[in-house]
Amino acid sequence: MTENNSVSGGMSELVKTVCVAVEEFIFVFGCYLVIYGHLSPGGGFAGGVILAAVFILIMLAFGKERILKIMPRKRAAFIESLGALLFLAVAWAELYISGIFFRNFIPSSAAGHFKLMSGGTILIYNIAIALKVMAGLFLVFFVLSITRVILEGDKLKMVKKQ
Amino acid sequence: MIYTLCMALFFIGLYGICCKKNLIKIVLGFIIMDYAVNLFIILIGYRKNGIAPILDKTMDVKKFALSSVDPMPQAMVLTAIVIGLAVTALLVALCVRIYERYGTFDITKIRKLRG
Amino acid sequence: MERCIYLILLPLGGAFIIAALNAVVKSAKLRNIISDILANLVTLAAAGIALASFGIKGSYSVGAWPPPFGINLVADGFSTLMLATVNTIAFCATLYSVNYMDQYTSKRHYYSLFLLMLAGMNGVLLSGDFFNMFVFIEIASISSYALVGFGTEAEELEASFKYMVMGGIASAFMLLAVAMLYSSFGVLNMADIARAIAVSPRATTLKFPLFLFIIAFAIKGAIIPFHAWLPDAHPSAPAPVSAMLSGVLIKTLGIYAMTRIIMNIFAADVTGLAPLGIISIIIGMPLALGQTDIKRLLAYSSISQVGYIVLGLGLGTPLGIFGALFHLINHSIFKSLLFLNSGAVAYRLGTRELNDMGGLNKVMPITGGTSFIASLSIAGIPPFNGFFSKLIIILACVKAGHTGFALWAVAGSILTLSSFMKVQKLAFFGKIAEKHKGIKEAPLLMSVSVVILAVLCIASSFLLLPGLRNITLQPAVDALLAGAEYAKIIK
Repeated sequence: MTENNSVSGGMSELVKTVCVAVEEFIFVFGCYLVIYGHLSPGGGFAGGVILAAVFILIMLAFGKERILKIMPRKRAAFIESLGALLFLAVAWAELYISGIFFRNFIPSSAAGHFKLMSGGTILIYNIAIALKVMAGLFLVFFVLSITRVILEGDKLKMVKKQ
Repeated sequence: MIYTLCMALFFIGLYGICCKKNLIKIVLGFIIMDYAVNLFIILIGYRKNGIAPILDKTMDVKKFALSSVDPMPQAMVLTAIVIGLAVTALLVALCVRIYERYGTFDITKIRKLRG
Repeated sequence: MERCIYLILLPLGGAFIIAALNAVVKSAKLRNIISDILANLVTLAAAGIALASFGIKGSYSVGAWPPPFGINLVADGFSTLMLATVNTIAFCATLYSVNYMDQYTSKRHYYSLFLLMLAGMNGVLLSGDFFNMFVFIEIASISSYALVGFGTEAEELEASFKYMVMGGIASAFMLLAVAMLYSSFGVLNMADIARAIAVSPRATTLKFPLFLFIIAFAIKGAIIPFHAWLPDAHPSAPAPVSAMLSGVLIKTLGIYAMTRIIMNIFAADVTGLAPLGIISIIIGMPLALGQTDIKRLLAYSSISQVGYIVLGLGLGTPLGIFGALFHLINHSIFKSLLFLNSGAVAYRLGTRELNDMGGLNKVMPITGGTSFIASLSIAGIPPFNGFFSKLIIILACVKAGHTGFALWAVAGSILTLSSFMKVQKLAFFGKIAEKHKGIKEAPLLMSVSVVILAVLCIASSFLLLPGLRNITLQPAVDALLAGAEYAKIIK
């Protein structure tokens, strides 16, 4: 065995078919966790991890070339920074609008309790955190899997691909 | 009783960090130690026969406050898990790079710096 | 008090804007220039806000949630003193890194990590809530782990790994201690816990969290016997990062957090720290004398100088605490100056070995002159600031009755003088080697930043004048001595 078969070529047809069938459902589930984070368990972190798992699933099943067409590294880094900047921008806007940092400036009785909009700015924070966690985790996995271990002679050698 | 087991897990992790020679085993010891601390935090918030801290439309607020498990440690653990994840990712990335430079995971051989 | 929020918000925002520049701006050179300008503007603004915030005393409830439910930001004399120190040194370090970091490949990532570390440190200094402090300590620590290994050479990675593992153990201990405090009290707010402890000091259940906290902050602050990561981490890091690490990070994460928790919240007896300080002084300096790598020498002398600070704090008397805090500021200034100078020498010469250098005063006069000023300061020669702070600590030792400690402190000072005279003689005075004859002075911005720090070296001895002292140092000493009255800041 001369090459580690992990991420460059993708996996077998069975895995690819199941992945195609399932990935959108996981994505929607992740979005549900993020958006309903203030009403049921979930929130930014958990939803973001599930969303990142979708991209990692595509990377494992189809290989790195395919995922680089969907989400290139630069775009992922930009989404990550965008998430953090959105969070900070909304927090600063709260300071600007209502004079207190982090205050919810969308009145919570506008929609009634237990409805989607009753959390106010928590919804925006959840989305920002989910963006950041999704892009961040995906980048971490991607960068860690760039090196490939090949067998040269009788020693293992690490080779950086791309 | 459960707290003793949790502390035992913590010391297993500490043993892994201090006494193992392979870099990856040190990282694993660190993960176990983080896990034990998070478990300890969640165990603190337990209330006997408590319900999950999710407020329903049909539930009365007072009854909920009297019978639910403490949700504050759960919020703490959420943050602590993410911090642990970040540190673990950085540790593993360092391990990969160290392997590229030194060719081994053995810490007795990774000793270019004098003590 | 609202101004202090910008101290956390600005560096965080700057870090992520610099990280987002990758996709927005196409040319690499323009990205570097924009990130340089942005980082320097952010740290200049932060330094300005911090220096203008002496005298702020109060708490700010984030989100207008009242204290037991919400997170507070608390500023008192000690916080504002340290904020001014941290942000000024950070500004000098970013000014320096405009030229210095050209040797490394991704300057942009460096600035992001640096600003994140600054935001984390500012957050630690301002937080009034245990878990918030833990999160900010982690932000600052993780950024510093990444910054120590920035050059990704073999030795730097090994040093970063060692630092990470020890820092990770410290964080786990700290989280365990916070969890135990939560289980005893039910709130995480520092002021509420301080009030509860003052009312009913339950000595037995609190001993273990206090012990864990001391160990955790001793690891982070490189106090003997937990100093093992420091001599490896400092030479490996880029010079401005070493300056920040040794100058402010070990003091914020180690000394500030430890004294805040022991003196203000637990209101415990602090005299156990004095022996630790003496051991640090005694062990640090002989190890420094034997080094030939200039940055390792500086790292070991950092350990010994932090010992002075811990000794002063451990005495518990007003004069002792005053001397310790004064020494904290002074050490930040002159140790950062020394690290930046050694970085300038390494930048031009390409080596850090003392035996390879010689006679650099002829070719690098600014670096040599400022390094001479810093060496005199750290050795404790009047009229530089180190003399006054060490004198006050020694006097406080004698007044408190520990003449043995005072003698050891004087011995440590003499050893410091000898090791820095060795550095000066080997590196700057003497004959210049042939291969170094064509070296130019350090680039402009690097020289400007070290000159600023050298001026601060001399100027900070003026902090002893009663007018300045009452604004800057005395409120800090009062805040620490007040003990559990810290809780009165929050109504």
